[in-house]
Amino acid sequence: MTRSFVATGGPKKAAKTVAAKGKSARMYPADDVAVPMKSRKGTRAPTKVRASITPGTVVILLSGRFRGKRAVCLKILDSGLLLVSGPYKVNGIPLKRVNQAYVIATSTKVDVSGVKVPATVNDAYFAQATSNSVKSEDKFFDNERKAAIVSDQRKADQKAVDDGLMKVVTKEPMLKQYLNAKFSLTKNDRPHNMKF
Amino acid sequence: MVFTRFVEVGRVCMINYGKDKGKLATIVDIVDGNKCLIDGCNTGVARQIITFRRIALTDLTCEIGRGARAACIKAAWKKGGVAEAWAKSSWAKKLAAKAVRGNLSDFDRFKVMVARKQKSKIVAAKVKSM
Repeated sequence: MTRSFVATGGPKKAAKTVAAKGKSARMYPADDVAVPMKSRKGTRAPTKVRASITPGTVVILLSGRFRGKRAVCLKILDSGLLLVSGPYKVNGIPLKRVNQAYVIATSTKVDVSGVKVPATVNDAYFAQATSNSVKSEDKFFDNERKAAIVSDQRKADQKAVDDGLMKVVTKEPMLKQYLNAKFSLTKNDRPHNMKF
Repeated sequence: MVFTRFVEVGRVCMINYGKDKGKLATIVDIVDGNKCLIDGCNTGVARQIITFRRIALTDLTCEIGRGARAACIKAAWKKGGVAEAWAKSSWAKKLAAKAVRGNLSDFDRFKVMVARKQKSKIVAAKVKSM
């Protein structure tokens, strides 16, 4: 009786058939090869935005210089931050990113299906430009207050968004005044019992 | 001052404690100086013995015999128009208004605030002209 692997030709092919049958290899490397540990970075799940916040939700901002003001959520960015706008014309809140942890979502929804957010408005759009040209010493002595320069691009984007948004906002009575009003708690207001 | 609301068989009361808080029930029997048997077959309250502290008497009564069963109480409520009479009472109206106020959204609260301001403006102007 002949052994089958000899009959089917060459030891290479035999090894292959052995491996295919799920058997362990007959040979293995003598030296250990260092394999880098698998990084756990970058495998993080994308941020979950709570269900009460959707594009069109009116949110109350809780931190930063616009705290207490109400704004409209336009979009949820890839980073999980919310893109909001006052609109700027109504309450001075420009297109900006906010963390969902620092807003109260209200049950008031605005139909933003007609609002066209420029595709360029993403997380990179809001990233601050770092300038290395000014030395730290110069910066230290540069006490003159300079007015922030808002680029024409920003102004154009703001206008594009607000034009669409204002159409919807003015349609609903009182909504414009509501967005312009600041949120605050007064006597006998119990925020944990309040519905937003 | 004369008392008009008594703890009696057929007295409609409101529960002010526990999971049945705010629901109506009928006194069916009196156990002792502290407790009575109530039945809330019309409002989903189980027949139970309850202390007087946990109920508040209403002006309404219905005609039932002592220890009356659920079907009997239901019929008596229908005959006496208890549910309608309750809905008309200012107590019930206040409770309903409170519930509505409690469920207002942020936007609704803003609208109420504006309406209240307008009202007080009108009142103030009227008072000034008088």
